[in-house]
Amino acid sequence: MGLLLILLILLIGIFGYFLGKLKANKLRTSSGKSLNSLNYYYGYYVALYAMVPSILLLLAISIFDKFYIEFYILSDFSEDLISSEKELIFTQIVNTAQGIKLFDTADILIDRAAEKYLYIKDVIRNLTYTSVIAFSSILLFFAYRKVNSELDSRSIVETFLLVLFFMCSLVAILTTVGIIFSLLFQTIKFFSQVPISDFLFGLQWSPQKVFVTDSGELDTRDLQNAFGAIPLFAGTFLIAFIAMCVAIPVGLMTAIYLAEYSSSRVRDWTKPIIEILAGIPTVVYGFFAALTVAPIVRDVGQSAGFSVSSESALAAGFVMGVMIIPFVSSLSDDVINSVPQSLRDGSYALGATKSETIKKVLLPAALPGIVGSFLLAISRAIGETMIVVMAAGLAAKLTANPLDAATTITTQIVVILIGDQEFDSPKTQAAFALGLTLFLVTLFLNFIALQVVKKYTEKYD
Amino acid sequence: MTRVNNDNRLAKRLNAEKRFQFYCISAIAFSLIFVVILFINIFSSGYSAFYKTVIEVDFDVTQIDEDIATLTDLEIRKLDIFGLSKKTIYSLYPDLDDRKSKKMLIKIFSIEYEDEIKSHLIKNKKNLSNIETILLTASDDVDQVKKGNYPRELSEDRRRIKDIQLSFYDDLEERGKVKYIFNIPFLTRGDSREPELAGVGGSLLGSFFTIITVLILSFPIGILSAIYLQEFAKSNRITDFIEININNLAAVPSIVFGLLGLGIILNVFEFPRSTPLVGGMVLALLTLPRIIIPTRAALRAVPPSIREGALAVGATKMQTVMHHVVPLAMPGALTGTIIGLAQALGETAPLLLIGMVAFVVDVPSSPLDASASLPVQVYLWAESAERGYVEKTSATIMLLLLFLILMNLTAVIIRRKFETKW
Repeated sequence: MGLLLILLILLIGIFGYFLGKLKANKLRTSSGKSLNSLNYYYGYYVALYAMVPSILLLLAISIFDKFYIEFYILSDFSEDLISSEKELIFTQIVNTAQGIKLFDTADILIDRAAEKYLYIKDVIRNLTYTSVIAFSSILLFFAYRKVNSELDSRSIVETFLLVLFFMCSLVAILTTVGIIFSLLFQTIKFFSQVPISDFLFGLQWSPQKVFVTDSGELDTRDLQNAFGAIPLFAGTFLIAFIAMCVAIPVGLMTAIYLAEYSSSRVRDWTKPIIEILAGIPTVVYGFFAALTVAPIVRDVGQSAGFSVSSESALAAGFVMGVMIIPFVSSLSDDVINSVPQSLRDGSYALGATKSETIKKVLLPAALPGIVGSFLLAISRAIGETMIVVMAAGLAAKLTANPLDAATTITTQIVVILIGDQEFDSPKTQAAFALGLTLFLVTLFLNFIALQVVKKYTEKYD
Repeated sequence: MTRVNNDNRLAKRLNAEKRFQFYCISAIAFSLIFVVILFINIFSSGYSAFYKTVIEVDFDVTQIDEDIATLTDLEIRKLDIFGLSKKTIYSLYPDLDDRKSKKMLIKIFSIEYEDEIKSHLIKNKKNLSNIETILLTASDDVDQVKKGNYPRELSEDRRRIKDIQLSFYDDLEERGKVKYIFNIPFLTRGDSREPELAGVGGSLLGSFFTIITVLILSFPIGILSAIYLQEFAKSNRITDFIEININNLAAVPSIVFGLLGLGIILNVFEFPRSTPLVGGMVLALLTLPRIIIPTRAALRAVPPSIREGALAVGATKMQTVMHHVVPLAMPGALTGTIIGLAQALGETAPLLLIGMVAFVVDVPSSPLDASASLPVQVYLWAESAERGYVEKTSATIMLLLLFLILMNLTAVIIRRKFETKW
């Protein structure tokens, strides 16, 4: 119902805009006096009055009508039902009303309630339409009447806009709060069943072992050995390490070449091509890693006499490293470029070659910024999901062998939460606990990286 | 120290210089080669998915009792011509009599041959001849043989396609019955359990709805909050806090946004699972900092003289910003938005968590229908074992990359054409 009604309110608003503008124009020509604000501000004033409160009203109604309908329908049923039973009955009623018969039990009470449900829904719909439109029209009328030459419509409109802008910038805070709330809520529930030390220091990760028994109780014996996250941390670290082994040397050398050696023409061509690496969706890397790189790694490894699993940490880590190259290179490039020219000139004046200048002067001077870019790249590697989901292993195994399958935090979150989940089981909650760990670790890395970079930039300002 | 010694050292140092340069160039070459290999790999395995193998059969329309021209589309769909369809296929080899070979012959066609015949009848209802030549989709195995992806030299018990079917295929090929046509259904149909019938139409629309939702939500909110933070916000605690928040959000792994979508949008607000609407909401939150940060940079780049000029002739602060500063910063803001949207288009992990991985056959008609998106389709098909899905996956990646390239090109063009350098 929302969309049509919002369109109607919008139409009323546009109507109000022209009414307000017209009246202002008339005032101006008839009295000959100048008005407080420009004509169109009176238009906006009337339009805003007609639209904003009505939309808020509509929002309020659409949030609360569900509760009212449920309360109204269920008031016919006996009062000593517990809430879960109530919920079940209500779903049944809604399904019946929509013509879906999941249960064959032809309960006359349910059928009657379903009819009532349809009826009350219809009534509320009509009521909403009439009330919101009436409200909007009345406000339009009053706002129109208030338009006169003294009305400071401009500052009212401007204040409204400012408040709107401010609200928009609050969305960022709301998102963070939402992330923390959703993660923390489930994590606390999780740690009420599994001790935090078991999670952080346990050596065995096998959540698939945990299931709810017939009596609705959890098998507590299994809980102890199911949620040890050390293998995941180890796997994440291993793959991130391999990735950094690729990304740091290649990225850094690329940055050095682009900043110090290349002509501007070469730079204009090379830089965008390397940036392409950052723009390719990670799922594409995952596909490439799983179907092309992993078999090559396996064949090469086997011909050299190693036993290589078909989903090796090496393949996933290597491709992830390539993905991260542009992060390292573009950040390091900026840092190297911001080293003052006087340092280079001083070094050349002493007879140093270009590479000596770079190694002995530029890199030490740019080191904090470069380290910052490495830290950002590591946090990127830890949070990367699709490559490891598709190319690294799914089973948790504590290993430091890059040729073996390894699993990561992100992989396990996906494995647990993909498809249908039973909610309120420690298994799903464990995924949120992993998410919180991931969130905190990346936040920490970014914080450190920013601090390092900040300290560095202060040095030459 | 002798002079010879010095020359030696210089030569060494110059060699070191050359080596260092060589390392640098090989680092760049490494990235470039990787890009090239990746693209060649995807294109060479993906382009064939845009073609499919069909086999020509002759369908005897007179065998149907009703007059096709007078029937409605629905009535034709309801006709029972299953036996007739089989007979049509058998007529390719009239002397075949044992049941096993007949079954093998049927199996070189995709399972929906009856529907395909009906679709042909519906399409050509008005001008049917007595014997209609109809192109029927070949099975995935035959399709792969035609495309040369199938290892024919394997022994018979190790491959799914049997010797007798291969002989049918070779014979039909010789008789000119096998055709290779552009695969339009691949672009219009939804997913399917049969690789030869699977299409990206559903996920294409799913991605479209998702991106539209992201645009509607994140563009206004992102631009307006950037304007507020850059132009109006007084520097106080709240402003600092908002800025820290935005910078942090830009660095949060995308999968965490998936957890947010699952924990709050699905479980608290009870939005419908697996829908582009929810996917768009999650990705909008993810995209927000990626719009705010470049928009603020664009606003910052507008020189103070513009603001001062407007203020000097009596414009209010709001008028200055909205009439003069924002229009000048718009190209930068749009560029940032398009790049942000392109990143959202390729995002997969959060969508997995909010259930956009469901196997959906129907093409969605609104953001409220369950569907997949292009990158999720890549993931789904990459996990499937059938040979036919490999080329479909690569082809989906080609489409995805095509859209990304188009979006980024648009961004570059906007930047080149409209951005003012001060």
